[in-house]
Amino acid sequence: MANLKDLRNRIASVTSTQKITKAMKMVSASKLKRAQDAAEAARPYAERMENVLSSLASSMKGQVGGPKLLAGTGSDQKQLIIVATSERGLCGGFNTNIVKAAKAKINALIQDGKDVTIITIGKKGAGVLKREYSDKMIEHFDLSHVKNLNFDDASPISARIIEKYEAGDFDVCTLFFAKFINVLVQEVTPLQLIPASIDEENSTDLGGACYDYEPDENEILEELLPRNVGVQLFRALLENAASEQGSRMTAMDNATRNAGEMIDSLRTTYNRSRQAVITNELIEIISGAEAL
Amino acid sequence: MADKLHFELVSPARLLMSADVDMVIVPGTEGDFGVLPLHAPVVSTLRTGIIEVHNGSDAEKLLVVGGFAEVNSEGLTILAELAKPLSEVDKAAYEAELKNLQEDVQDAKDDDGRLHAKKARDQVQLIIEVLDREAA
Repeated sequence: MANLKDLRNRIASVTSTQKITKAMKMVSASKLKRAQDAAEAARPYAERMENVLSSLASSMKGQVGGPKLLAGTGSDQKQLIIVATSERGLCGGFNTNIVKAAKAKINALIQDGKDVTIITIGKKGAGVLKREYSDKMIEHFDLSHVKNLNFDDASPISARIIEKYEAGDFDVCTLFFAKFINVLVQEVTPLQLIPASIDEENSTDLGGACYDYEPDENEILEELLPRNVGVQLFRALLENAASEQGSRMTAMDNATRNAGEMIDSLRTTYNRSRQAVITNELIEIISGAEAL
Repeated sequence: MADKLHFELVSPARLLMSADVDMVIVPGTEGDFGVLPLHAPVVSTLRTGIIEVHNGSDAEKLLVVGGFAEVNSEGLTILAELAKPLSEVDKAAYEAELKNLQEDVQDAKDDDGRLHAKKARDQVQLIIEVLDREAA
């Protein structure tokens, strides 16, 4: 049996671990609130954008040679996978889940004989992917200096992606991120950024009215589509931030509870062995006295 | 009969304004246009400029950078990359930024960097021009 001093030390160390996890839980709870608000505040813009885009896209349908960002390059040979993960660890299965989903997709694409390239956002996912696909990773974006995500943080990334697309570096781009459903549930979602995925069911009913386009449809689409990539990316990153905090909160809550259980059982053992030592000593004294 | 125009101003980060107003003047790429209630459906891109929101005898002015406007039967929606009430715009800050960016352009090491810096500089320059015109 472990001696008393060891037990005391272990109890002390587990208690301080519990204090840390508890504090982390509280920090992420408050950050989660902020991240969630930000994600919700970004929703109207993205929704309106989608509406306008899909009504434009449906009016463009059937015309040959739309903008490349909408129509695609006509091939799907070169695939770009963007994996957005967090900059910090200790957030439960958050990063693992995203990476796992991305890996499954990457392997499936490789099996189909496609050329895959990978861009990572957030160093946690980058570290894991580097082990297996270091030859395929072309770029990494570091957001560790960003405290509150702004549109200005997302737009350089989207600008870079579009630049690469126009240079013909890839045909299809898919973004992996965790969609925030609630504190307990985050869903890893693949989102096709390029060519733009348009949900035609969602297009606003114009009620038979015809839009006037100023300048004209093509030019508007050309301006709108790159912006749409930025908005989608921004939105995904916000969702990701909220998911990260939610995931961390649950993970830390679990850790705190586990530490509590561990402390309880350690304390029982400690008390038992302390009592055993006392009994032992008493027996020794009594039997010593009797022997006299 | 709608006698008010429902106007929404949205930036990527949040919904900035949602109100029923009389008229909005929008700086379109092809020229400014006023939107009154029951305006015909239009989609237009925006240039850097000033949005004027008229409601009764008040007129509020907002600086807007990039984006587009959509008018449909429900009203007018402006999606802007940046939008700020004119009273909150700090011209001195933009001027300082312009100076910074000008240095960036000179310091840029390669063509790529220079192009980026130039783009940013032109953007800020445009904002200052608009502000100057407004002040005049």
